[in-house]
Amino acid sequence: MLQPPTLPTNYTVKHGHIKTSTGKTIRSEEMIVNMGPQHPSTHGVLRLEIVVDGEIIVDCIPHIGYLHRCFEKHCEHMTNYQQVIPYADRMDYCSAMTNEWAFALAAERLLKIEVPERVEYIRVIMAELQRIASHLIAVGTYGIDSGAFTPFLYTFIDREKILDLFEMTCGARLLYNYIWIGGLSHDLPPRFIDQAKEFVTYFRPRIKMLNDLLTYNEIFVKRTANVGVLPKEVAINYAVSGPQLRGSGVNWDLRRDDPYGVYHKLQWEPQIGKGEMGTVGDCWDRHIVRMREMEQSLNIIEQSLAVLPEGNVQAALPKRIRPEKDAEVYVRTEASRGELGYYIVSDGTASPFRVKARGPAFVNLSVLPEIARGSMIADLVLTAGSIDIVLGEVDR
Amino acid sequence: MEFIQTIFANELFVAVLLSIIPLIFIIVYALVVLYTEMKVAAHIQDRVAYMRTGWHGVLQPIADMLKLLQKEDIIPAHADKLLFRMAPFIAFVGTYAAYAVLPFSSIFIGSNINLGAFFLVAVGSLVVVGILMAGWASNNKWSLFGGVRSAAQMISYEIPTALAIIIAVMITGSLNLQEVTKFQDGGIGNWVIFGGPLPWNQKLMVMPFTIITFFIMFVASIAEVNRTPFDLPEAESELVQGFNTEYSGMRFAMFYLSEYANLFTVSAVVVALFLGGWSSPFGSLMSGPVWGIFWFVAKAYIFVFIQIWVRWTLPRLRVDQLMYVSWKVLTPWLFFCLLAVGLILVI
Repeated sequence: MLQPPTLPTNYTVKHGHIKTSTGKTIRSEEMIVNMGPQHPSTHGVLRLEIVVDGEIIVDCIPHIGYLHRCFEKHCEHMTNYQQVIPYADRMDYCSAMTNEWAFALAAERLLKIEVPERVEYIRVIMAELQRIASHLIAVGTYGIDSGAFTPFLYTFIDREKILDLFEMTCGARLLYNYIWIGGLSHDLPPRFIDQAKEFVTYFRPRIKMLNDLLTYNEIFVKRTANVGVLPKEVAINYAVSGPQLRGSGVNWDLRRDDPYGVYHKLQWEPQIGKGEMGTVGDCWDRHIVRMREMEQSLNIIEQSLAVLPEGNVQAALPKRIRPEKDAEVYVRTEASRGELGYYIVSDGTASPFRVKARGPAFVNLSVLPEIARGSMIADLVLTAGSIDIVLGEVDR
Repeated sequence: MEFIQTIFANELFVAVLLSIIPLIFIIVYALVVLYTEMKVAAHIQDRVAYMRTGWHGVLQPIADMLKLLQKEDIIPAHADKLLFRMAPFIAFVGTYAAYAVLPFSSIFIGSNINLGAFFLVAVGSLVVVGILMAGWASNNKWSLFGGVRSAAQMISYEIPTALAIIIAVMITGSLNLQEVTKFQDGGIGNWVIFGGPLPWNQKLMVMPFTIITFFIMFVASIAEVNRTPFDLPEAESELVQGFNTEYSGMRFAMFYLSEYANLFTVSAVVVALFLGGWSSPFGSLMSGPVWGIFWFVAKAYIFVFIQIWVRWTLPRLRVDQLMYVSWKVLTPWLFFCLLAVGLILVI
């Protein structure tokens, strides 16, 4: 059975001896400190056990599981595939639309059904709005980690506008239960398109303001450039995905490389980190990739709103969805944090036999000990923040 | 001070009175600056702070003080009880002692000693001892981190502060803060930041260096007070509250009070040395003993406001970057300015 990673029980902290000028020796030793589950800046209930030599980190072991809610086990007891959607919401609660869409896609591929064009476009709009909202949280909390409290408030003002759009459509601000298998739960309300267009024109200059305030601030650059460098090969070996992978210079975006929805019909570019302020793959690169991805999402939303076709959004599905026996499918999508995949196994009944969720934050977090060794505690906080984890997705 | 002595004959009574007046000032000022910080922070962050206690929240600082007063006094289990209890007061004493030499007005200075500036630098080191004690006595590894970082930071930034004071003293010719301020009396042109009351050719040559010195001193004094961007010891994102973590209630309030008092102290020192202290910028208009207090407090308050403004805008520096800034940027520049000002004054 796999053991969770811990320090070996016979781990003895290393002692050092420093000779002073008078000839006496001062004993020094490493400390084992806990950045505990309750901490203002581990973005949730993450426990980091750190072995420090002064301020330098010798080793760092993340302990997770504080937010495990048995999502996958719950799915096996659903009486209907549609009932899984609210549970999928709650995995990555900062980016619920993309979770729902990934599961709906997986179930639709299992059942081999096609959705109308209008549904595809609306799903793209919702997912891109959600991507912006999720990146706004990431950027805001990253500012707090580095000591700048103000950008957080500004990003949340912008986020409010997005949440207003969501609330107008499906009634909820954070956990929507909107993208159903075969279609959507509600059609767009009449005011949605105009308000979304207003949001696009409102938000573009705000990205520039956020860049001026935080991203290109000399102190922020000094804190994040050359810190937490994730080399390309290490990123690929650890199966890292999303902005973290693109920040290390790898040109891989599932929306283009494993296309789903209508992304192939729209004009947009995946953003890659180029090491502008330091090394390729440092924290600043990941941050700027997120900022630029928000801009690209705005382009996608603008284009989708312009060509939105008419049609019906409610699906004509039976009440009990029964896929074939022994059918299985793995579908992966580009969620806000990386490759979100669902592997569904069906046994012919109305409830899934097994649903496995591949959470991007879980995989992205696994690379933290590798890149944190040798840095300082202050750097560890920023590195962990630049991975942009949501513990709901790490623990499921 | 002599004025007060003419009223009361008893020396001891006068001394006690003079030491209580700054304390009353600190307490009143702390309430005002609490409110300022809260409202300035809120408006920078595009929100409004408290609006319900009193008109637009003016009574909120009093409510905060009352809340802190009635909190349970918790001392961690294995903390060093004596040091834990002493630490906030030592930190406060270090700050409060500096008020003895601040020239509030031409007739009011707590103690008109000839070594005023030197005394300030010396007494400011007491705060380091208090913070170290707090960090160690809390029996908490994170507090220890905060305490040690803070000690390193405050000690490093005393060098630029002292060097800047030396430069100002060179121009004015006295370590006595009251003399320094009297030297700058007579209008804005006489302020040390604009070169002091020197002949105009010397003044023009000295002016760039005094302006640089002023900025460096201001930056170093923000570091002395442990405010962002130098607030690593109480880095809320990393160490919960740093050396403050285990303190609650009135002990926390003492640390808080000493931080705000320190804010005013360093602003006041900068104002007294570089911006003319209690002298009016208009020369004889609006000057006089009582006006002096107004000018002194107003000028120092502007710098308090700037410190609050900077806190809510900038991210924080890492420990090694902080030390780099102090030793490799500020100190060499100040040495250069020292040399330049000295040469100009001699030639």
